[in-house]
Amino acid sequence: MVKYIASQIGRFALLLLAVAVVTFALVSLSPVDPLQANVGQAALLGMSEEKRAALAAWWGADTPMHERFIAWAGGLLQGDMGTSLRYNAPVADVIASRAANSLVLMAAAWVVSGMLGFALGVAAALNEGRLIDRFVKGYCFILAASPTFWVGLLLLMVFSVWLGWFPLGFSVPVGVAAADVTFADALHHMALPAITLSVVGVANVALHTRAKALDVLASDYVRFARARGEHRGQAMVRHGLRNLVLPALTLQCAQIAEIFGGSVLVEEVFSYPGLGQAAVTAGLGGDVALLAGIALVSAALVFAGNLAANVIYGLVDPRMRPVRKLARATAAVGVPSAGATFGPSASPEASAVETTPPIPPASDERTPR
Amino acid sequence: MTDATAPVLSAPRTRRLPNRRRAFALAAGGALLLAAVVAAGLAVSSAAQATDFAAKNLAPSLAHPFGTDWMGRDMFLRTLAGLATSILVGLGAAVVSSLVALALAAVAALGPRWADGAVSWLTDLMMGIPHIVLLILISYALGKGFWGVTIGVALTHWPSLARILRAEILQCKSAGFVAVARQLGAGRAAIAVRHMLPYVLPQFVVGLVLLFPHAILHEAAITFLGFGLPPEMPAIGIILSESMGYLSAGLWWLAVFPGAALVICVMLFDAVGSSLRKLVDPARAQE
Repeated sequence: MVKYIASQIGRFALLLLAVAVVTFALVSLSPVDPLQANVGQAALLGMSEEKRAALAAWWGADTPMHERFIAWAGGLLQGDMGTSLRYNAPVADVIASRAANSLVLMAAAWVVSGMLGFALGVAAALNEGRLIDRFVKGYCFILAASPTFWVGLLLLMVFSVWLGWFPLGFSVPVGVAAADVTFADALHHMALPAITLSVVGVANVALHTRAKALDVLASDYVRFARARGEHRGQAMVRHGLRNLVLPALTLQCAQIAEIFGGSVLVEEVFSYPGLGQAAVTAGLGGDVALLAGIALVSAALVFAGNLAANVIYGLVDPRMRPVRKLARATAAVGVPSAGATFGPSASPEASAVETTPPIPPASDERTPR
Repeated sequence: MTDATAPVLSAPRTRRLPNRRRAFALAAGGALLLAAVVAAGLAVSSAAQATDFAAKNLAPSLAHPFGTDWMGRDMFLRTLAGLATSILVGLGAAVVSSLVALALAAVAALGPRWADGAVSWLTDLMMGIPHIVLLILISYALGKGFWGVTIGVALTHWPSLARILRAEILQCKSAGFVAVARQLGAGRAAIAVRHMLPYVLPQFVVGLVLLFPHAILHEAAITFLGFGLPPEMPAIGIILSESMGYLSAGLWWLAVFPGAALVICVMLFDAVGSSLRKLVDPARAQE
């Protein structure tokens, strides 16, 4: 376990380093002039020569990129992420204030889309070929083909412009002091972006869970449960769900990159002040430090998602634990062969989503007598 | 085998076309339809920019099926032209991306060990950053605009296909028929052309077609954010981002129809791709 954690930390550090280098290399290639992007053509023309030079120095336009990178990386090692020129504040502060908004939004969407997708997938599988199944499949195929920002625009149009149920944008009411913003206000503003993200994110989990649930329904242990007199729904609840939750959870963890990408678009549509909107502003304005900071944070988020998927799998599913420990445990209770039969096939690195249980864990379920 | 002789209980509820013929019809029909959209879009691209201030902000009607915008441009023509641009950019980017995937997969599967490690590390790196962030970075590096978005999409979409192709090539490399060919004295080039290529090509083509929808959606998204195609080009991302300013004025048709048209095109690509997979992949032929 210690070795695993150490190797993960090493991989993480290497990944972050690569992301930082790539970010800076890409930004240094850019022909976009940060002066023109931020000050505007007209203002730039009316400016005196000295003022223009001072601004260029402020934006670091005349410093070579590798010097800026070394200075930035040196600062990063001491916990200083640099200064966002666009927001005129330390990058860490900008990211922290916006990450709170974004993380709440993404977490809500992550949970809701996961649970909704799971429920829809199971319901579709239980009613295979019937109206519910067709509806779920059609819904998933259409949404998988829909651009997130278009769905956001539609919801904004229907629920904010026509029905007036939700505000048109931002994370707090306009013209209200920060201290007076209530929790309900924040929730009210977050609702529509979160709904958009959730609605779009459902498709993957739902289709995957549906396919897995069909496998489960065709399995021997469900057949056995049916032979004992349980009907399909009962068998699904008692024996199927525990086998379906894990792959769905893993898939959902791996989807964090998608959800982050979606949140960038949704935040732009709803003018929601989060990380994604900051990334767009930084990109359009040539704010290198902020862009690099956000790229690092997003990479860290995705990495954490993948790591969580692996760790959760190991924690929840006994078959996924390291072989040695399992063998020792079984030896202690005097069952010599159990560890060897299904231990080696499963390593934490094995693509968790694809793994089908070699032995149904539900088979040790108590039978009604 | 007619329905009359089949037992009643196992008779299908409705008569369906044979599987393969239906898949072929779907693939061919979808491809034709998309080609028609592109051709029409290119043909009307100049008409799509014609402004008519006598007919601005009109709701959808028979004369203007998708309505008109605040400059009196016909939204139907703009949508067609935008679809053509989006599809062409997506096609170009996806083709380049699939070639990158093929090259990297071949290097990883056939090259030395360290090459395999390097490619898989690169794949992990690409998958470790959200696509949109990477697209923003690449597009910014290339100065935004047409080349920014095209190269950005081309450089970011290869990882999943590269993984599939690498596995496929490895499988082929260790297959019996390749060993036999080697025993018979065939050279490396001959084995690559005669045996590997036919083995990998179907997966490659299907993977390529299934890349199109992603490429098109990401192109639209990055253009929508302001990093992609310039505002003077007709593109769905541009149309939708401009429509944002007019939503609260009640001009719903500016957003609804172009977006729906894009969704339909993406679904068509998806249908073509999965039908093609049914046709070329023996394991899925009976689905």
